[in-house]
Amino acid sequence: MKRILFIVLVSLLSCKNETAKVEKDSAAVVEEDVVNLNAQSEIDLRIYDYDGLEPLINKSDDNVHVVNFWATWCAPCVKELPYFETINEKYADQNVEVLLVSLDFPRNYDSKLKPFMIKHGLKSEVVAFDDVDQNRWIPAINENWTGALPATIIYKGDKRNFYEQSFTLEELETELQQFLTP
Amino acid sequence: MRTLKLLVVLVVAITTTAFTIKSDGTGYKVGDVATDFSLMNIDGKMVSLADFTDARGFIVIFTCNTCPYAVAYEDRIEALNKKYADKGYPVVAIMPNDTDIKPGDNMEAMKARAKAKGFTFPYLMDEGQEIYPQYGATKTPHVYILQKEKEGNVVKYIGAIDDNYKDAAQVNTKYVENAVDALLDGKSIEVDQTRAIGCSIKVKS
Repeated sequence: MKRILFIVLVSLLSCKNETAKVEKDSAAVVEEDVVNLNAQSEIDLRIYDYDGLEPLINKSDDNVHVVNFWATWCAPCVKELPYFETINEKYADQNVEVLLVSLDFPRNYDSKLKPFMIKHGLKSEVVAFDDVDQNRWIPAINENWTGALPATIIYKGDKRNFYEQSFTLEELETELQQFLTP
Repeated sequence: MRTLKLLVVLVVAITTTAFTIKSDGTGYKVGDVATDFSLMNIDGKMVSLADFTDARGFIVIFTCNTCPYAVAYEDRIEALNKKYADKGYPVVAIMPNDTDIKPGDNMEAMKARAKAKGFTFPYLMDEGQEIYPQYGATKTPHVYILQKEKEGNVVKYIGAIDDNYKDAAQVNTKYVENAVDALLDGKSIEVDQTRAIGCSIKVKS
């Protein structure tokens, strides 16, 4: 039942996105905003609740998955974001996939998150996560997570590490190495 | 006799504060005795839990000016103090961030925020950042409900204020209110530990 609900929700959401896109494209906007708005409407930001996010952070393929929970308002998150971008590019040929899960508030998707993604030209996959029932999904993501941002999961198959901390690039690479097959 | 009792409490408080080294990040669990402290309030005066002679306990909240989650809860924190201070459970807010990293959380900014929002609770600065690690706070906002007992201020609840940071009107479960109500009624707290997203407490690396 939950699954059906979710599918309905997703299709509703995607419909909504479509309309939003059309509206934006046809809207009469002030000239200097045109470029930015067009770029923003190019971004297909997918929004998930925990049931939607869960499969994305528990993939059973052979890839190494690096999942970073962040937000544009979180200074240490923004500071370490380039390191995730670096490993996404540098280790792409070693089957490393980076997923950036934004916890920005929904009201800031268009005003903060999308402009941030454009400004920094984020190459890693970004999804928005919106689920107020934090007491359910924080321990579900990791029993030891107290709820502070940033937080990161690195996993491959059954091997999974959780980090409630900020990384330097070196630290992140060191952790990642454990998951790479020599 | 009363003075002697108070003196003993004070000495215990001072020695525990003085001799507790920075925690290893584990902090308190429900049932532990929480340390007292002497921290500067926005009015320039030092505040300790021991000052609240009439209190039956405390709603200690690690919070700050600069975290969107903390900001989202400001009005609800004030409402908690209005509702429970007179019943013996005042809010004591502590700002744990390093203010070099977060100048928006410095004493001047705290004063301005408290004035703008009309805070009626003490808003203390964890200068030196020695108190929050002992509690085990990792983020803002992070709540510890304490109850005065013979052995000291015992931790009764740790976690979130309620289950909807986005919209106070959409809250289903008011964790903190339920916990304090239970303490006031002498009942056991149903949910004594919850989790919520917050901003990590800022320390110099």
